[in-house]
Amino acid sequence: MSRRIVGPFNRVEGDLEVHLEINDAVVQDAWVVSPLYRGFEQILHGKKPADALVYTPRICGICSVSQSVATAAALADAQAIEMPRNGRIALNLILASENIADHLTHFYLFFMPDFGRDIYRGEPWHEEIAGRFRALTGTAAKPVLTARADWLHLMGILAGKWPHSLAIQPGGTSRAIEAQEQARILSIIFAFRKFLEEVLFGDFLDNILAIGSARELDKWLDERAPAHSDFTRFLHVSRQLDLEKLGRANDAFMSYGVYLGTEGNLFRRGVWHNGEQPFGAQSIAEDLSHSWMEQGNTPRHPYEGVTVPDPDTKDGYTWCKAPRLDGSVVEVGALARQVVDGHPLIRDLVQQTGGNVRNRVIARLFEIARVVDAMGQWARMMRPREAFCQQVPMPDEAQGCGLTEAARGSLGHWVRIKNGRILNYQIIAPTTWNFSPRDMQGVPGALEQALIGAPVRAGEKDPVAVQHIVRSFDPCMVCTVH
Amino acid sequence: MPETFHEAGEGRLNLLWLQSGGCGGCTLSLLCAESPDLVTVLESAGINLLWHPSLSETCGDDLLDVLHNILNGNTRLDLLCLEGSVVTGPRGTGKFHMLGGTGRPMMEWIRDLSAVARHVVAVGTCATYGGITAAGDNPCEAVGLQYDGHHKGGFLGKDFSTGTGLPVINIAGCPTHPNWVTETLVQIALGQFSGTEMDELGRPRSYADHLVHHGCPRNEYYEFKASAEKPTDLGCMMENMGCLGTQAHADCNTRLWNGEGSCLRGGYACVNCTAPGFEEPGHVFTETPKIAGIPVGLPTDMPKAWFVALASLSKAATPKRLRENAVADHIVVPLRNITKDRE
Repeated sequence: MSRRIVGPFNRVEGDLEVHLEINDAVVQDAWVVSPLYRGFEQILHGKKPADALVYTPRICGICSVSQSVATAAALADAQAIEMPRNGRIALNLILASENIADHLTHFYLFFMPDFGRDIYRGEPWHEEIAGRFRALTGTAAKPVLTARADWLHLMGILAGKWPHSLAIQPGGTSRAIEAQEQARILSIIFAFRKFLEEVLFGDFLDNILAIGSARELDKWLDERAPAHSDFTRFLHVSRQLDLEKLGRANDAFMSYGVYLGTEGNLFRRGVWHNGEQPFGAQSIAEDLSHSWMEQGNTPRHPYEGVTVPDPDTKDGYTWCKAPRLDGSVVEVGALARQVVDGHPLIRDLVQQTGGNVRNRVIARLFEIARVVDAMGQWARMMRPREAFCQQVPMPDEAQGCGLTEAARGSLGHWVRIKNGRILNYQIIAPTTWNFSPRDMQGVPGALEQALIGAPVRAGEKDPVAVQHIVRSFDPCMVCTVH
Repeated sequence: MPETFHEAGEGRLNLLWLQSGGCGGCTLSLLCAESPDLVTVLESAGINLLWHPSLSETCGDDLLDVLHNILNGNTRLDLLCLEGSVVTGPRGTGKFHMLGGTGRPMMEWIRDLSAVARHVVAVGTCATYGGITAAGDNPCEAVGLQYDGHHKGGFLGKDFSTGTGLPVINIAGCPTHPNWVTETLVQIALGQFSGTEMDELGRPRSYADHLVHHGCPRNEYYEFKASAEKPTDLGCMMENMGCLGTQAHADCNTRLWNGEGSCLRGGYACVNCTAPGFEEPGHVFTETPKIAGIPVGLPTDMPKAWFVALASLSKAATPKRLRENAVADHIVVPLRNITKDRE
């Protein structure tokens, strides 16, 4: 048995360290360490509620809009207001723009470069994959950066800029879209759809969206050469490396649902654990038993949550808290979202092999197709010259909860307001769920479970399988602790 | 023809990019670089990325080798970019950010690497002045590389300079515009970035010599003090909505973000994010503080009495078109009525 500390990690949006216990070239146990604390929950204490809209997007440069959406939703809950239809659609378009850009960035810049590593030299597929995806020098990098930048022009129109926009307000969005801008938005979405069809999938989006089972996906792949598209490249490598056997956690999935509203209700809210389970936000609690945090005796609901950092706690090993749903570990992310929503292919894949590296990536790519397809419809539904935003005063005493989905999973904000100021602000980010430490019962978090069984190749210092598993969650470490 | 341009005789420039107390948003913004894309810009300037947290393959022990090779002189470090503040808490220990896998506070790595870098560049307002991470009671004890808010000094000290004689180059912004970063790096690579290129707060004058107000599409509303009252209103946001565009050093409305945007074009206030201390304005960000109905924070180089007189004059002269459009979310009085207005 040997103990190994792996880190610093990169391509994880922040800093990360993982402690592994290895025996017979297999990971036996894992501890996940989030090594950066900044203290946003402390910063927000005593601020005026509206100021949260400036601070929270700056928790994270990659989930910036998601943080804004969660804040706006929490404040809207406290004010008991609803957005006008246009505002809801514009907000969904802004959130989707970020989530899709993040999925693209993750696949091309964060996840795939690991298959170009020298450790795979000699594998029959390595040369082609490295030529395509190797960090910075692969042929994919430049066209993908260009497509991403073009796509994010949507933010320039709808949200002023990205990241760190103030366009998302509790009562809607601050930028009323004109008819000619609506036309331009549709053109940008269309251009990106073409990029997806030509470069990422190598097929029409409608054909991708029609794939409804694991068998159909296998058939689709078998009819194409490995280097037909970037999706086929991934699926081919995945077959060679058995990525469906890598990185399984506990197969309990949660999604808060997203792109809600009368016109744009896309992904359902719920829990999937061997079938649909009930979800209640009141069942969320954060356990601090293994965090560098001053502790209460029992896990607390975020409305009652406390954040007092203390690097000297006895059992602490990370700044990350351990959120649990009804006391249980859940996995969040694109895979969870698609399973909960009932996407037939993703449900089939999960029923066959559970949550794993391959299925997480497939779910992410299918989500790109589903959301971009929907965005074209939403953009048509905006009605220029009708209201995008309404304003209602903030009560001096109120509380509110804002639940949304960032690219990498469920994001919740809970705010309590007293005497017109923030009394308590608690944030549970997607990677807080996925990369949480052990809880009072000693149950490891989702990634800690997923790492058990990972193979270690001869001579590896930083096992590549561990890297695939870590990055398959699309972690965002700056959000995790905030 | 050389394949790249760079400082004469220097060969390629080695760049190391580190992140600490920040959100990574300056990098995510940098990836939006256009015409050309980021990889091509770096290539054109002969900049070799030794390591970048979002872009490089290297991690773990291989990264530590990169750092050690710099520190023991085997690899020349031409450019050190820090994104995010230097986290010195709790109680000066730096334990709020231990660089993963090293058991050592990130602030110590930053100190050692700054000592051997030929240029040190702070990217974003956290790295320059402390920024958002220093808000409230500054729970993680964040400081900028060479400033702690308005005070020169910060983590490296007020007298710090690199072997080239330059202090820390402060590309402030929350986040930074991609071009502020790429153009500064390319200017350095060209050997064209000297102390005269920096303003009194260490910011590149290329963008800090401008005001966000310049090129604001709401300028006509500003001239007539036709003011917005709520989000989506088309009017000027200075009087009621906290906009600091007339004081903020940046070229956001002449350069534009994500192809066609800016904060003001997005319908919300400029929060002066390139300035030290922007994170604690002393009032609600999106509300203008006033005394006797007059905004408190006027442009610093404008006599107050003159501004007040001008404002009341122009308010009296505001055309109906601007007065009504200012509080609407789309143009309700179109331009074609302009001659009628004046009759």
